[in-house]
Amino acid sequence: MTIQDFLQIALFIALLIGLTPIMGNFMSKVFNGEKHFMLPVLGWLERLTYKFIRINPDEETNWKSYTFGLLAFNLAGFLFLFLIQVFQAYLPLNPANLTNVSWHSAFNTAVSFMTNTNWQGYAGETTMSYFVQMIGLAVQNFVSAATGIAVVIALIRGISRKSTDKIGNFWTDLTRATLYILLPLSILFAVVLVSQGVVQNFNSYETVQTLQGTQQVLPMGPAASQIAIKQLGTNGGGFFNANAAHPFENPTPFSNFLQILAIFIIPAGLTYTYGRFVKSSRQGWTIFAAMMILFLAGLGISLYAEYSANPIFGNLPLMEGKETRFGITNSVLFSVVTTDASCGAVNAMHDSLSPFSGMVAMINMMLGEIIFGGVGAGLYGMVVFIILTVFIAGLMVGRTPEYLGKKIEAFEVKMAIIANLSTSFVILVFTAWASVSSYGLSSLNNAGPHGFSEILYAYSSAAGNNGSAFAGLNANTLFYNLTLGIGMLIGRFGVIIPILAIAGSLASKKTTPPSLGTFRTDNWLFIGLLISVILIVGGLTYFPALSLGPVVEHFLMNSAITF
Amino acid sequence: MKTLIISLKIFLFFTVLTGVLYPLFVTGIAQVVFPAKANGSLLINDNKKIGSELIGQQFDSTIYFSSRPSAISYNPLPSGGSNYGLTNSKLKQQVIERKQHFIKFNQLDSLSQIPAEMLFASASGLDPHISKQSALLQVNRIATARNFNVAQKQQLIACVNRLTEKPQILVLGEERVNVLLLNLELDKIR
Repeated sequence: MTIQDFLQIALFIALLIGLTPIMGNFMSKVFNGEKHFMLPVLGWLERLTYKFIRINPDEETNWKSYTFGLLAFNLAGFLFLFLIQVFQAYLPLNPANLTNVSWHSAFNTAVSFMTNTNWQGYAGETTMSYFVQMIGLAVQNFVSAATGIAVVIALIRGISRKSTDKIGNFWTDLTRATLYILLPLSILFAVVLVSQGVVQNFNSYETVQTLQGTQQVLPMGPAASQIAIKQLGTNGGGFFNANAAHPFENPTPFSNFLQILAIFIIPAGLTYTYGRFVKSSRQGWTIFAAMMILFLAGLGISLYAEYSANPIFGNLPLMEGKETRFGITNSVLFSVVTTDASCGAVNAMHDSLSPFSGMVAMINMMLGEIIFGGVGAGLYGMVVFIILTVFIAGLMVGRTPEYLGKKIEAFEVKMAIIANLSTSFVILVFTAWASVSSYGLSSLNNAGPHGFSEILYAYSSAAGNNGSAFAGLNANTLFYNLTLGIGMLIGRFGVIIPILAIAGSLASKKTTPPSLGTFRTDNWLFIGLLISVILIVGGLTYFPALSLGPVVEHFLMNSAITF
Repeated sequence: MKTLIISLKIFLFFTVLTGVLYPLFVTGIAQVVFPAKANGSLLINDNKKIGSELIGQQFDSTIYFSSRPSAISYNPLPSGGSNYGLTNSKLKQQVIERKQHFIKFNQLDSLSQIPAEMLFASASGLDPHISKQSALLQVNRIATARNFNVAQKQQLIACVNRLTEKPQILVLGEERVNVLLLNLELDKIR
């Protein structure tokens, strides 16, 4: 690595830390209903929304109504997206005359975009019409992200309120997240992306005569508008098959840098919003610090693995599946950020990463996407681990566990465990099933332990709602479309529902004022405990599976064994 | 029931807003402010569209600079990489073959260090760039194939130097040369 490589990383971290309070402050104003600078610009649109759907934005509900609204809204989105895919040939804006999508692929894709996973079993430029990309996929990019933000805001309200059963109004939170946060940032970002060369048009595919005299068909489309929200909403579903490695999707190192930053700014900002809501910015920064430490650890291991020599290729830089303009450092940085944050966009082919780099990506997803994490999803996933940490610490010293003045009791711990187990269940059970069945194994692109890694990666990605892949695996089959689809549903709603239940339960509790005996949750000791619990409870579950995949592959590679 | 109706209505509202108005709005701005870029940075030569500045093309002729290996032979429908893991024997074999080919094709010393991007396939299969070093290694072969004299060969090297892009904003990304732009300049050397 050169000084320039370190400078890029340092610049990224510095900007992230700088933007966190700005974003966080703004978001807390939006969701508290305070005055903010976007109100004069877009306030009319918010009022129009409420008028159209005929609700009173200030009327708050209990957690059950909140959850029901969320589920009904997601169901509507799922059905619509499913239907426009299976009938796309009869719909407009299809200049490439693409055919109807198969029912199981449409199911998988509809679930995938509704759950903010954006796993793609298909190739965008040869499968989805502009109509489906815009009216279907891009819309879910916005609303699935807004759903995640709404859930975490409801949870934060639950923690910061006392003796009430109200945790907010889902429609209001959804509307505000979309209108004031996602939409303006996306417009700004999309225009910057076009300035770098990302395409944004409705032209038909362009046929050109290459310099050597052959024909090349260049895909076109409204890509920039979709890519902007795909990064900001930690969705990650590419407009083109190669995702952010495609020169039309990510043309320059500058567009690449902004795309990486865009993944993290909302999740990082939310930690600050959290601090504002619970009236202690230290609590927010504590969470930020734990996330940053885990991020840096993953990045360090991944970079070390990619820059290490191995007996198969000697000292040759490992450029397989990487683009010249990004080089190794930017590819690794992207891979760590995108898997930390449940984004799943890729600017390098993860299948061709060195074994330990691929493993870092998998662990990031297996921990439940809590290292900054998906928009909203990262922070509420982290709160699950905070509850477990407070509970375990309470057991060790023999006191009733408390968090921010709220007693953590059996109900909260049970819900936290359900949320935690949902992910593990999907990853381990489905991976085992696919590994011993012919319809699971026939999709592999690599033999040996790397083949197993392809399967393990796929279900980790589905359960964590990430969406990136070891893309050699041919996942567009009946078996994978269905099991991955179900995995995504469990990984999303198996966490959201327990989280909202925790929010409701905490909101109804009284607050005990802090005393000398209160266990502090805003210092380095707590950060250390939290990270330990994450690694032990979250990580150890997967150690046996990982040792069969990337770990054994690493040692085989170092003995120059190929398959 | 009331919740279901609200959810359908708000879904419709956001579909129109984020699925129709938002992309149209961005397209409007893009087409006015950056029309060439929004339409794919197309290159026109003799009134013919010959490609996009951003999308790599297959070059295997002796009179042009070669581009990187591509898992999809530079056919963009659809884009993608090989997805071979490092312990895949096919990858190992490909790297050996590509190295031998590059050395033979460019009449290089068999012990020459060949830059990694010429031995490994890119992620998109459409990588438009190679490193400056890879371009310079090809200069002799091209000069011979085109019967260039010493002055023309100097011009060729100057071309490579001129088209080498530095990291953006001083630190971002890698130094690189766009192969298609380079080959277009190459055709202009008389």
